[in-house]
Amino acid sequence: MAKVKDILIDPVSKNNPITYQILGVCSALAVTSKVQTSFVMAVALTLVVTGSNLVISLMRKMIPSKIRMIVELSVISTLVILVDQVLKATAYDVSKQLSVFVGLIITNCIVMGRAEAFALQNPPKESVLDGIGNGLGYSAILLIVGTIREIFGSGTWAGLKVMPDAYANNGLMLLPPSAFLIIGMLIWAQRTWMTKVFEED
Amino acid sequence: MLVDYINLALNQIFVENILLAFFLGMCSYLSQSRKMESATGLGVAVIFVLTLSCPMNWAIREFLLAKGALAWTGSESLAGLDLSFLGFICYIAVIASLVQLVELVIDRYFPALYTSLGIFLPLITVNCSILGASLFMEERGYKFGQSLVFGFSSGIGWFLAIVALAAIRKKIRYSHVPQGLRGLGMAFIVTGLMAFGFLAFSGIDLKTVTKKAPEPAAPAVEAPALEAPTIDIPSDLEDEDLEGEA
Repeated sequence: MAKVKDILIDPVSKNNPITYQILGVCSALAVTSKVQTSFVMAVALTLVVTGSNLVISLMRKMIPSKIRMIVELSVISTLVILVDQVLKATAYDVSKQLSVFVGLIITNCIVMGRAEAFALQNPPKESVLDGIGNGLGYSAILLIVGTIREIFGSGTWAGLKVMPDAYANNGLMLLPPSAFLIIGMLIWAQRTWMTKVFEED
Repeated sequence: MLVDYINLALNQIFVENILLAFFLGMCSYLSQSRKMESATGLGVAVIFVLTLSCPMNWAIREFLLAKGALAWTGSESLAGLDLSFLGFICYIAVIASLVQLVELVIDRYFPALYTSLGIFLPLITVNCSILGASLFMEERGYKFGQSLVFGFSSGIGWFLAIVALAAIRKKIRYSHVPQGLRGLGMAFIVTGLMAFGFLAFSGIDLKTVTKKAPEPAAPAVEAPALEAPTIDIPSDLEDEDLEGEA
């Protein structure tokens, strides 16, 4: 039982895919100006990474190692097409706001990285848990950044007003560069208090 | 026509830089910017693959996937097909095979280039900027010429950003950065500040320069509203102001 907990919880805190493994940063930055879009993106990625881990882990004994990248890419793109079509059918506005970033889940390094590093060597049950864990780790960062940007940038949280009327919205938070700064600070905080891993640079 | 292409290119390089405004290709951007040589190598490889992949994906979309694109086959049942939902999987397949092909060709004919570029080429398949550029091209409905210019100039923009970051990181090595912020944390913050710098370009709206010329009707409607406040200002005063600034 302890092992299950480790696989599930580790990627959310210590071994976070974004701030520790530095995977899948691209989309994490672009969709976080609002909580709603961050949430939809987080759910989409969690579904894709769990699904791809499951499928690839089931097929791990059949995939020849030479063409494994192509096999992984086609599994992932099929799942992304499914997610994209479902989003277009159920939440059209949100899918328009996310524009190309749903498609870019294909090249999101988290999905590819987990398939390569975990699902190819482990049985389906663990792989699914690993997928969920990493999806949640990604979601956590997305929601934190989305929350900070929306509260300070528009004075709302998921559309609800939270800041007093006297607060003047900080438009800077809605611009792309602020996402870089917030993630930089998160990495700093995590390395100082949690992992104690430091780079020489 | 040429002006349009130049505008598109400048817009892609400075105003809508694919990395600093849309965050595409961040993973390899952060991991390969430690050394100047690898940054330049990867940057050139990205320009190369983007210039080829954008027009190719344009052709795939135009002649195979878009609604009614299969009309050239002459078969009525094929002409009615809309395969655009297959876009993602086709684009990524084109990119993956293109990268392999480029690798083979460079290895065979330009061995010197291969030794410096070779290790970066496989990385490019999963570089989001390549797929991202194809998807943006699809979303904005570019024509063939535009897609070629778009691919090339997006690549130049990416190259510019990674070389700039590599140069800054080289300098940062000599400064005293807090322990937890060293390396990656600092790279993020530097990129953020670079993106702020590039925001300055966003005031330049290149599209309006070309759009105004063919639409004389639009300014004529707005004209009365614009004239009203200027009546108060005496004309000679305005001239003096201008001279003073000059």
